[in-house]
Amino acid sequence: MKPLINSLPETVFTTKVDDLLNWGRASSQWYMLFGLACCAIELMQTGGPRADLDRFGAVPRATPRQSDLMIVAGTLTYKMAKRTKLLYDQMPDPKYVISMGSCSNCGGLFQLAYSVCKGVDKIVPVDVYVPGCPPRPEALTEGLLRIQDKMMRERWLVKPRSTPVEALG
Amino acid sequence: MEAQALYASLEKLFPGKVSNFKGDVKEPYFTVTSAALIEICRFLHNSPGYRFEVLSDLTALDWPKEEKIQVVYHLFSYSQNHQIVVKVDLPRDNPKVATVEEIWKVANWFEREVYDLFGVIFEGHSDLRRIMLPEDWVGFPLRKDYVEQEEYDGISTQRAPLVEKLLR
Amino acid sequence: MSDPAQAKSGFYTEDMTISVGPQHPSTHGVLRFVVRTDGEVINEAIPDVGYLHRSIEKIGEKVTYHGYVPYTDRADYLAAMFANQAFCMAAEKLAGTEVTRRGEFCRVIACELNRLASHLISVGTFGQDIGAMTPFVHALRERETINNLMEEICGARLTYNYIRIGGVGYDILPETCTKIIEFLDHFEPIVDEFNRLLSGNKIFIERLAGVAVISKEEALSYNLVGPNLRGSGIQWDIRRDIPYSIYPELDFEVPVGTAQVGALGDSYDRFWVRVREMQESVKILRQCLKMMPKGPAISKVPKKFRPPAGECYARVEAPRGDMGFYVVSDGSEYPYRVRIRTGSFTAMSIIDKLSKGIMVADLIALIGSLDVDAPEIDR
Repeated sequence: MKPLINSLPETVFTTKVDDLLNWGRASSQWYMLFGLACCAIELMQTGGPRADLDRFGAVPRATPRQSDLMIVAGTLTYKMAKRTKLLYDQMPDPKYVISMGSCSNCGGLFQLAYSVCKGVDKIVPVDVYVPGCPPRPEALTEGLLRIQDKMMRERWLVKPRSTPVEALG
Repeated sequence: MEAQALYASLEKLFPGKVSNFKGDVKEPYFTVTSAALIEICRFLHNSPGYRFEVLSDLTALDWPKEEKIQVVYHLFSYSQNHQIVVKVDLPRDNPKVATVEEIWKVANWFEREVYDLFGVIFEGHSDLRRIMLPEDWVGFPLRKDYVEQEEYDGISTQRAPLVEKLLR
Repeated sequence: MSDPAQAKSGFYTEDMTISVGPQHPSTHGVLRFVVRTDGEVINEAIPDVGYLHRSIEKIGEKVTYHGYVPYTDRADYLAAMFANQAFCMAAEKLAGTEVTRRGEFCRVIACELNRLASHLISVGTFGQDIGAMTPFVHALRERETINNLMEEICGARLTYNYIRIGGVGYDILPETCTKIIEFLDHFEPIVDEFNRLLSGNKIFIERLAGVAVISKEEALSYNLVGPNLRGSGIQWDIRRDIPYSIYPELDFEVPVGTAQVGALGDSYDRFWVRVREMQESVKILRQCLKMMPKGPAISKVPKKFRPPAGECYARVEAPRGDMGFYVVSDGSEYPYRVRIRTGSFTAMSIIDKLSKGIMVADLIALIGSLDVDAPEIDR
């Protein structure tokens, strides 16, 4: 029988199923418009004409039900915290969170305030922190690319074999 | 109209109800007793020659050493292009004053904010409830003796400094 | 409940209570409206604010005067220069500090560029709320050039921290002045293109003519300021009537609503005042760049800034109206009280009254035409 290698035409490529699925997911991250404060303006500018997020396949969606990425852009107050958790729970799995700007990373320059939650990671689990006040569009794009790297490393078909600690002796 | 002349005419019309005029500062102001506030504000709003159509700002100052909360009204007139500041002194443990909502409708929201942050009760207000903070917040933050709560709704208000966490 | 027409038709209807926000693509920040509607027609729309209350006023008591200037940026991030200027004017008035002449010119140039940027966002998002996506992207493209110019002047794109007590932080270089003039030459035909796309658009006019009319008495009683006040026909602009800085030497018009399409004081008038203000800002910038003197950009101010005890109120004409800073000092390095009075706070209070009888889509048009901004309301 002829060997299979180097015998297929150039329009066919071989890959792993995991890579194919992850490539599809990473190239079309639909982010939810969750702009709270000043970073929301930079988020709008990043989606705008010059630093275009659309070329990475990332389009803004208004509702959490249709999005898989939540970019928390701006200061989180205690009054808003409950609603943030509600919106995060409404997103379908697998979902990711980018914390954009100092205010959502750690409270920012409002750490002296009485009504500001010191970081959005007290409410929802965060995957990528983007520093800046506000971060430049290039910084936010870098954050998006890091999420893409994180997505490409995930494994769906082969479940990792977890060894219980006692068996290691 | 100059602030000095304005105060002199008010002193003649409302003897005993206005006092403490300070004219040589950047913003001339005078103090009004809290019982006479509505009468004087209505006069300032309606009378020709004064015509303060606009309530520019309504805020409060907390003076714990003198045991008082001062409510400050900035009045402005577009037609005559003059302004004046009216202050009312209230006792700190029970601050209550009448509302000026019927004269200037914008006072509705200004007074809600002063109630929310200082705890001043405006009698006669149509809808006095908190506006900036959540409904179940305890305390009046802009007072000088306000102490922050330990946690709100299960979220702790403190955050350990990052350097300490890394050094541990 | 239902009106007599419905009772006649025999349908049983009920009021719906829906919550618009706080996460909503077109409420200009985190605002929430609890809307009680009868189908599509609103019976009552109650605003619920405070989702962005960052206690900027309380922080003023904990930091020094110099250190408070970055916080004033965040009081209205789309018009950060104006808030900086108002606070610095209040502090200078308290201490009696003089501002250098070149510093005043730099302030006016930075502020008018910022007014252009803010009005671009305002009319762009207003178009997007009505449904026109293209003008929004055009506005963002122009704003990118302005962001570049701001970055050359002060190093930041959005929250500038540029106007300091006694002058400005950095001097404007001659190369930047040349670039500003090139931008202005490029920008003037863009406003005409914008008018062809949006302001003269038949659908846009029919959506806005006669919607949410605010009369002169209501505008005064509810203390509306800025383009909202001028859209109702009242001639008042702080740059002309209580002049500050170098505005007395500049020649510009103040556009006022004239009932172009529909009633005086409707949403289209307020929008048109903003478009005209952009053109006036271009005129002001050209004059400033011609008249700019030489000299230091900031006067000598002590590092430990300690004004004498007293209080002071300073106003500037920000894009959203008259922004006032009321600063009370007790003689120490930290302010005793800082109070920020903004135009959007009072504009929100009129929405409840104006929203009876209009449709849900008109509510969005109303919020956009009043140009409210969440950080100004909640501070």
